[in-house]
Amino acid sequence: MEKIKKLSKYQGFWPTVIFIAILLINGIISGGTFFDIKIVDAHLYGRLIDILRNGSKLMLLATGMTFVLATGGTDISVGSVMAISGAIACSIVDGRILPGAGQSVQAAILLAILGGVVCGAWNGFLVSKVKIQPIVATMILMVAGRGIAQLITDGKIVTVNSDAYYFINGGYILGLPFPLFIVLFAVALAILFTKKTAFGLFLESTGCNPVASHFAGINVNRVKWLVYTFCGAMAAVAGLIESAGIKGADCNNAGLFMELDAILAVAIGGTSLNGGRFSVPASLAGALIIQSITTSVYAMGVAPEITSVVKAVIVICICLFQSVEFKEKMRKRFSAHKPERMAKTA
Amino acid sequence: MSEQVKSQKKFHIKNISLLVTSLLFIGLFSVGAAAYPKFLSLSTFCNLLNDGSYLIIASIGITFVLLTGGIDISISSTIAFTCVFSAFLLRTGVPAGVVIPLVLLIGLLFGALMGFMINAYRLQPFIVTLAGQFFMRGLCAVISTESIPITDDFYKKMALTKLSFLGAKIYFYVFIAAAVLIAAMFTLKFTRFGRTVYAVGGNEQSASLMGLPVGRTKVTVYAISGFCAALAGVVFSFYTLAGYSLQNVGMEMDAISSAVIGGTLLTGGVGTVIGTTVGVMIQGVIQTIVTYQNLNTWWTKVFSAALLCLFIVIQRMLAGRSEKRKDIRGKVEKAA
Repeated sequence: MEKIKKLSKYQGFWPTVIFIAILLINGIISGGTFFDIKIVDAHLYGRLIDILRNGSKLMLLATGMTFVLATGGTDISVGSVMAISGAIACSIVDGRILPGAGQSVQAAILLAILGGVVCGAWNGFLVSKVKIQPIVATMILMVAGRGIAQLITDGKIVTVNSDAYYFINGGYILGLPFPLFIVLFAVALAILFTKKTAFGLFLESTGCNPVASHFAGINVNRVKWLVYTFCGAMAAVAGLIESAGIKGADCNNAGLFMELDAILAVAIGGTSLNGGRFSVPASLAGALIIQSITTSVYAMGVAPEITSVVKAVIVICICLFQSVEFKEKMRKRFSAHKPERMAKTA
Repeated sequence: MSEQVKSQKKFHIKNISLLVTSLLFIGLFSVGAAAYPKFLSLSTFCNLLNDGSYLIIASIGITFVLLTGGIDISISSTIAFTCVFSAFLLRTGVPAGVVIPLVLLIGLLFGALMGFMINAYRLQPFIVTLAGQFFMRGLCAVISTESIPITDDFYKKMALTKLSFLGAKIYFYVFIAAAVLIAAMFTLKFTRFGRTVYAVGGNEQSASLMGLPVGRTKVTVYAISGFCAALAGVVFSFYTLAGYSLQNVGMEMDAISSAVIGGTLLTGGVGTVIGTTVGVMIQGVIQTIVTYQNLNTWWTKVFSAALLCLFIVIQRMLAGRSEKRKDIRGKVEKAA
């Protein structure tokens, strides 16, 4: 009991519990078939693997978004950045632009990520140097981003024909889907960087009180700039996975509404949108919760249109549980009943 | 004496923003007129009103929320829901006289519910209205995933009633938008509630210490936004005579950027509904020019974004200047 109490103090505790609960409910409703994992050609298949594979994009976005939200900002351009990176990569692999690169997949991946970094740096520039509110600053790229992606692909849906490129989404290593390893790598990098260097502390301090942090000698602007750039890079990688999944670049629909899902994932993970404390593992759990809701709605055979209603209700419930005011109100209600009961028993 | 100077200066800055917006609108319109011989006509201008009336209504609603420093990203879904739900009800034979008040009431209550959650449980407006967006969009799809045509006589009459003069046409629903604009201007300028909206946006804590009903105001602005979105939905269903669950995806960003171009600060406290209306018209002009130029529609997005960027930077510079002035004044006062 003591141990559970200690564990529950971690930010990632409740999101993980909710995630496991959703899986268990699914398991009970489906009579256990939900947990079936088959091995075909040394690759693992099953609903759980599906959740991990399809959730990889969201997990990447949530990792980047966690840091942005920790500084008290928001990045609503990640969906558009995904479209841009997909457009760049597919156009290069297709040989439409940069024929000198010889349709090389490596060059495509590098340049796509570079594109994401540039987009992120632009957001960071607007937020930290021009001092525009984050939501407005990133709205510019959100609106323009799809247009830019269309410019790159010349308004067409570019399809690619390259097994090496498909591997980004469909490949397997040690029986596990390849996107999972990308996520592991990115998350490990992010956690090492924030927990083993002073950067994580700077980040939290910037989010809690930028003015005080500035006076304490922290270069707040550089922290913000770095964070947005990182978020852009993560979005670019997610865009690569998405475009490899659909085997082409669809500028209109790639990453549509993903920014909202990513912010939701972080909020479910318990990171305040006002900045301050953050936890990457908690955000990952949040991302998995969203993905498992989507997958389980499909698995239950309910019409997929209802997914968004279910999502909305669950999000509100989770937010209510995290709200201090709501908890207090509930406590008051319960404690108001207690004296009565005590009086009766006495 | 010094107070008078202060109020004059404030007045000045607020007007600059509106002036720049109006000049930009005239400038863009002149560019169009110079480039295309048929552009400069009353009918082009009236078409801006005809095509933009639903967006004007929705943007005015969202301006109230933005003025308090909140945000409402559920409006596009509320519009879609209103269209789909009213089309669905009309098809089952419910008369228009029942349908329209009903959908308006739903919009109002839905907005109020979101406002209540934001205010009572201190939830993030972004997250709550995001959930609202998902919820409404989901309900649309639950009702019907296919487009439902509207064949009701009243709707048809509203869709086709127009005022023709000098070769230009103004549809009836433009007058609804005008009425909303006038009502909103009056409310913000001359009622206690309107002044409280600005006070809450300026500084919530001081507003509450002044004894202003902050909580009630916050709930009310979300209710207004929901109501305006529902009304915009009714107008939109006049405009298209159909209800489709995926219409207007991403429209909330158009509304927010219109408000920003019109001089509303997203931090709250500064902005006018007339500025927002001009902001909608500017986006309409860009769209028209892009159509005249025969460019792909995604150019509209790029141009709007560039304009948005420009405007935000201008606002930033103006705000920065006034901050500096305040600093200097503070120093001078201290020295004295």
